Amino acid sequence: MDPNRLTKRSETEWRIEPHGAMRVPGVIYASEALIRDMDDKVYEQVVNVAALPGIVCASYAMPDAHWGYGFPIGGVAAFDPAQGGVISAGGVGFDISCGVRTLYTGLTEADIPPIKHRLADALYRTVPAGVGSTGRLHLKDQEINAMLAGGARWAVELGYGTREDLERIEAGGRAEGAEPDEVSQYAKNRQRDEMGTLGSGNHYLEVQHVVEILDEGIAAAFGIHRGDVLVSIHCGSRGLGHQIGTEFLKRMVVEASGYGITLPDRELACAPIESPLGRSYLGAMRAGINCALANRQIITHLVRQVFAEVVPRARLSLLYDVSHNTCKVEEHVIRGKPTRLFIHRKGATRAFGPGHPDVPSAFRAVGQPVLIGGTMGTASYVLAGTRESMDRAFGSACHGAGRSMSRHEATRRWKGRQVIDELANRGILIRSPSARGVAEEAPGAYKDVRAVVEAADRANLARAVARLEPLICVKG
Amino acid sequence: MISSGDHAQNPTVASITIPARWEHFPHQADMGVRGIGPTKAEAFSQAALALTAVITDPQTVAPKEPVTLSCEAPDDELLLVDWLNAIVYEMAMRKMLFGRFDVQLEGLRLRAVAWGERVDGTKHQPAVEVKGATYTALSVRQGPDGAWIAECVVDV
Repeated sequence: MDPNRLTKRSETEWRIEPHGAMRVPGVIYASEALIRDMDDKVYEQVVNVAALPGIVCASYAMPDAHWGYGFPIGGVAAFDPAQGGVISAGGVGFDISCGVRTLYTGLTEADIPPIKHRLADALYRTVPAGVGSTGRLHLKDQEINAMLAGGARWAVELGYGTREDLERIEAGGRAEGAEPDEVSQYAKNRQRDEMGTLGSGNHYLEVQHVVEILDEGIAAAFGIHRGDVLVSIHCGSRGLGHQIGTEFLKRMVVEASGYGITLPDRELACAPIESPLGRSYLGAMRAGINCALANRQIITHLVRQVFAEVVPRARLSLLYDVSHNTCKVEEHVIRGKPTRLFIHRKGATRAFGPGHPDVPSAFRAVGQPVLIGGTMGTASYVLAGTRESMDRAFGSACHGAGRSMSRHEATRRWKGRQVIDELANRGILIRSPSARGVAEEAPGAYKDVRAVVEAADRANLARAVARLEPLICVKG
Repeated sequence: MISSGDHAQNPTVASITIPARWEHFPHQADMGVRGIGPTKAEAFSQAALALTAVITDPQTVAPKEPVTLSCEAPDDELLLVDWLNAIVYEMAMRKMLFGRFDVQLEGLRLRAVAWGERVDGTKHQPAVEVKGATYTALSVRQGPDGAWIAECVVDV
């Protein structure tokens, strides 16, 4: 993207002035280098989102923004139901509530070498990953409905984890207002055997170590220290979420004109929040969030079983669990007035700052942990929400590195075996059912996650706290 | 073009000049699938092969078991998305991959038989799951040479 198309407000804030059908400006938070690397489609999509009914303040793009479906990936937009605001299935995405959960282990990096291969093999054996894999649970209709209503709380009630886990998950592990009846039988059928599975693509399970502390004070409040070993899980709502996304995207495309909505791009399909279709999607999407939270909870349980077997003195507890494909109802101050808004975050993480009542009490003084997934060869980051972020993009930050190269280009450049061997030489063990899948996810196919995190930090979206590097990575 | 295959299934007279084939086209995060053929039905069938090729080499999938699919939509483009999503659903539910598609179109009604087998990690080395077909870069059209093209981006 040519920065000359934008108004530069600061080193990390760029504005698209309202023009054409735009109701609000577009705002991109990124360094000039990241802007130059962004696809022109991001510009187009930020502009299109700015034209949707009821949008408030601005159409935002995070530093890792790239070309998505209707909304850019890394897009944030808030809609006011009182102003005819809309809800969009494309603004949430197919993988509803895809997110990252990070666990403490109580171990330090010196504990890992003697058990590294055993741990990698046991994790790979125990946590189902890849195309066509199924979990150990096989749910009947009634159980699926209970899962969709209960989220991680449902999983904990069945013995997958503890009550303490729930305090470290957004919304206490359960999205309110989920409507399992709004989820089709097709979607439920897809999920019956998929609970506790990782999926494929960019999803992973990693054992990581903390290599650098970037903010000592916040890191201490988060309970992380240099050399600590952590486990991170990146996955979402599996087939159920994909099916909900598919079905509602179609209904919104077909029914949009009936609601008097003209779409510049079919993928922007949406419905008024206050409409039967809008309410229907909201109920189904929240059920999808609960599915993702339950899924990460069950995987956590499986990871605990593995550690208990391989290194019994490890104690796995939650640092935090964030979702980065959601639409949530939140109260934000607009022109001095608290206003109930529907915040779409598509490939963007909630990043509530210090003092916010939704931040767990343990972190309330410093802001919520913002967990940024990297690639299997680079780094992941822990950030913290800032007070400023609340005014900058409704308390939101980036979600990951973001791809810079197509999957095919990646397979042209690298072979899976070569990537696995190179990483092994650097002490990173990869376990994956698919060599091609590894090549497609090669670290070089992604943007520089450090540049993305630095831009988020400098733009005051979130404060960089710690850098983590992988020791073991299970890829789907 | 970044990836392609030539797997004409039902050769017709027209296919002598317009060989049925599939291609992938680039999308930053995901992948575009494109089917090309002498008829719209053949373009849909090739687009389905391109979908399989996102996951694995279609030639490694043995046509052991037939699965019947049908869908209907208000226009050709919505029909293409529905068709690809119907395959995504059957792959997910049956844990199968498909290497051959016989497609029949009657107006905006599609009936098809997909031939395939159960996914085998060692044999197929599936790279990635397709989450769904999208309305991005979606087009069903007839080119100046008479060839039908059916394409869209799929989310992986």
